[in-house]
Amino acid sequence: MSTPSITLHTHQPGTPPGDLAIWLFIFAELLAFGVFFGSFAFSRAHHVALFNQSQLLLNRESGAINALVLITSSYFVVRAVAAIKQGFSRECANWLAGAIGFGGIFLVVKLFEFHAKFAAGISLSTNTFYMFYLSLTIFHFMHVILGMVILAAVMLKARRGGYTPENHTGVETGASYWHMVDLVWIILFPLVYVIR
Amino acid sequence: MQYKSQAVAKPYFIAAIGLFVGQILFGLIMGLQYVMGDFLFPAIPFNVARMVHTNLLIVWLLFGFMGAAYYIIPEETESELFSPKLAWLMFWIFLVAGALTIVGYLLVPYAGLAKMTFNDLWPTMGREFLEQPLPTKLGIVVVALAFLFNITLTILKGRKTSISLVLLMGLWGLAVFFLFSFYNPSNLVMDKYFWWWTVHLWVEGVWELILGSLLAFVLIKVTGVDREVIEKWLYMIIAMTLITGIIGTGHHYYWIGTPEYWQWFGSVFSALEPIPFFMMTVFAFNMVNRRRREHPNKAATLWALGTGVMAFLGAGVWGFLHTLAPVNFYTHGTQITAAHGHIAFYGAYVMVVLAIISYAMPVLRGRAANSEKSQVVEMWSFWLMTVAIVFITLFLTAAGILQVWLQRISATPLGFMAAQDQITLFYWLREISGVIFLIGLIVYITSFFVGGETKEAA
Repeated sequence: MSTPSITLHTHQPGTPPGDLAIWLFIFAELLAFGVFFGSFAFSRAHHVALFNQSQLLLNRESGAINALVLITSSYFVVRAVAAIKQGFSRECANWLAGAIGFGGIFLVVKLFEFHAKFAAGISLSTNTFYMFYLSLTIFHFMHVILGMVILAAVMLKARRGGYTPENHTGVETGASYWHMVDLVWIILFPLVYVIR
Repeated sequence: MQYKSQAVAKPYFIAAIGLFVGQILFGLIMGLQYVMGDFLFPAIPFNVARMVHTNLLIVWLLFGFMGAAYYIIPEETESELFSPKLAWLMFWIFLVAGALTIVGYLLVPYAGLAKMTFNDLWPTMGREFLEQPLPTKLGIVVVALAFLFNITLTILKGRKTSISLVLLMGLWGLAVFFLFSFYNPSNLVMDKYFWWWTVHLWVEGVWELILGSLLAFVLIKVTGVDREVIEKWLYMIIAMTLITGIIGTGHHYYWIGTPEYWQWFGSVFSALEPIPFFMMTVFAFNMVNRRRREHPNKAATLWALGTGVMAFLGAGVWGFLHTLAPVNFYTHGTQITAAHGHIAFYGAYVMVVLAIISYAMPVLRGRAANSEKSQVVEMWSFWLMTVAIVFITLFLTAAGILQVWLQRISATPLGFMAAQDQITLFYWLREISGVIFLIGLIVYITSFFVGGETKEAA
């Protein structure tokens, strides 16, 4: 993506890209998900049969499609950062628009999945597995929305020419958050849908 | 003081401190009743003393918050208050209504008070912390609305800063969630469910926004660190507060008849509630270390740092101690809860109000800071009260652990009162610590009257 000529960094070498504050936030978010994943594992150890049986009823295809969708959107975000480092504001905004669009596809696929589950009468009180499945995916769903809002704010500023190759911390900040959202799904999907 | 209308904060602060004294006196009465059951009976029964102790705490903190807002908002917005007269009027209404309520608690049996105040028309009384008669509750709403009207219009016409916006959000939240005190469904599960929307979403939600903004304001003033840096911290802290605190309400829903998933939601999210408090501690120390001026008010800086540390210990650590459902199964409603309640309220809310009073009062009295002598006395009171509350907490924690063991875990569990008899030693020690706290409070008040050379206000 980036040619060797691109060596511009807005951040000091050795520090993470983007605003330091977003990394505190990302750390806290990962901790929240981490505690949830840990609880899932702990609970599963006590109800292996129930978890395995309930897991078979999940829609793995839509989960896998959504994993691909999010990874693709992350790629777009990478392209957006690369573009702004070369000063291409318009391209940066377009790549971000693509990422937001793929975020939208994720939400639509997820809504179909939720609809099917709710139509089947599944709720938070059905059993422990579904409690985790629903709360984890809904919690993540809301993070996708938040990520899209952040990317949209960055996109609008990029479109106005608000970032330069020397100063584009905002783009890196949004990108970092979006990668976190993607990363959580990369763990969530196999953990809840696949591994048995 | 930069703006004339800030002066209205002064009576609010004075009333807050006065009611604080009342709160502590009733705490001591009640503490003694733990070990001498018929002390002051039948004049002041335990349940009345408890109601006065907790209600006074809430009311004086509200006075503190309002005084703080009246002080901070003109400076932040760089404009005079919309209506200082309205603020004065509300001060007297709130003070008189509060005093009448307390007198009512003390002189009229509670059931009689309920009858006198039309509780049968709209039953809202009889629930912990929300015991106020209907007219008082309505009065609180009127005062809160007039206050918010005043503050909001001031912000709308002036400079908008993150601190004032976060403060405003917290204060509006405070008013909105109080409305749930009027909702009293006959289903006990639903009653408790929404009761927490006032109680929990106040202290572990919107009040934290107020706490964060007051702390940020004091830190900007005493450290001179860039507003930009402080605001970024403030945003991170309130984001974490809301992420963890809102769903963290679930830690009150374990055993009241709500669905089982609350045990997971409550445990996971409330386990993360210490994070924003930890961030506050790091924030306070970090800002003071990076200070760009030596503010003459050392006492205010001490209170601000103390808030960070004690809020983390009290709300964070002591909260975490019993927040997980499997732990809370044993500790629910024991002295562990009382221990957490004391140190959390002191560390988070009492200290932040005292921090803003410590910073603002000298300015309101026409100087940048009190004399060295006065500040030394004030710092003594800081240590006396803080160490006393730590000991109250440790003794109550010990009492709680013993209580859980004797009453709920041992092979031959004791009944509630029999278990209480076994832990009287700790109640005595707690009462002694309480006396030290009162001494600290007296020293604190004395510090306002210590003279000496002061610097003129900048």
